[in-house]
Amino acid sequence: MNRALFLLPLMMLVILAGFFGWSLLSGRDPASIGSVMIGRPAPALPFATAELKSGKPVLVNFFASWCTPCLAEHPLFMRLKEREKATIVGIAWKDKPEAARAWLARLGDPFAAVGFDQDGKLALDWGLSGVPETYLIDAKGIVRLHFRGPLTERDLGTILPLLKAGS
Amino acid sequence: MRRLVRVAALLLACSPAFATEPSEMLKDPALEARAREIGRALRCVVCQNQAIDDSNAEVARDMRRAVRERLAAGDRDEAVMAFMTARYGDYVLLKPPFKPGTLVLWLGGPLVLLLAGGALLLAARKRRAPEPPAPLSEEERARVDALLRRDDA
Repeated sequence: MNRALFLLPLMMLVILAGFFGWSLLSGRDPASIGSVMIGRPAPALPFATAELKSGKPVLVNFFASWCTPCLAEHPLFMRLKEREKATIVGIAWKDKPEAARAWLARLGDPFAAVGFDQDGKLALDWGLSGVPETYLIDAKGIVRLHFRGPLTERDLGTILPLLKAGS
Repeated sequence: MRRLVRVAALLLACSPAFATEPSEMLKDPALEARAREIGRALRCVVCQNQAIDDSNAEVARDMRRAVRERLAAGDRDEAVMAFMTARYGDYVLLKPPFKPGTLVLWLGGPLVLLLAGGALLLAARKRRAPEPPAPLSEEERARVDALLRRDDA
């Protein structure tokens, strides 16, 4: 009994070190807030109804012309549209419509439809925390993926199979 | 004394600074008070552990507005909270709910306290009542007597 008591601090150290090690190595992001949208029907949009009802998977991307990470992920959307024939709906968040249109005219427009959410009301229904954020909605209208932050090359690995699955 | 009262009154009048702007506030003070209460319990989703009531983030402002819209539409406080958790999950609650996933969080601390307290109590009781030494046997008593007698001599 007494010997076990002496081991107690050591055991706690091992448990703590194990937890910290796992946190460091598992790639867990403690700042990640997750998403409750996944697995739920996509919230309604007042535009792009045809795109969302097309029976094909759709990507929904919240962006803004003032947002630098959006600039970074923009070429990826161009590629998804041109090479993968993906249907992408863009929503300009807290952005002037003319600024968003000019941004798309300058860089290229990957969107099948563009909507505007100037007061951020729509974004709340999608559980948005900021721009850019991207959702993948499957052929049945269920949200399958939710990316907070800019898409990267690595994310294509999860996006492409789901895009292909329904089309 | 009177000066002290005045200072106290002044201090009471100074409420802590909130991010909520006057233009956001509801006209009905009762509703606004409820909105404040809710705003203090909801976590801003882009800040590190800040309530939406204290945050200047865009999303926090939108959330404050949504809270007031729901309240003005006649929602109860619980319905407003449910509205937010439906969109942002339990993350949005500054006070985590009591459910199977958070049992360790809620009960872990008290449990460790109870265990440690119990162990301490046991140890203390053991120390206070040491076992009385076994009485000497006849043989031992005879030996002790013999030894004592030898010392006296």
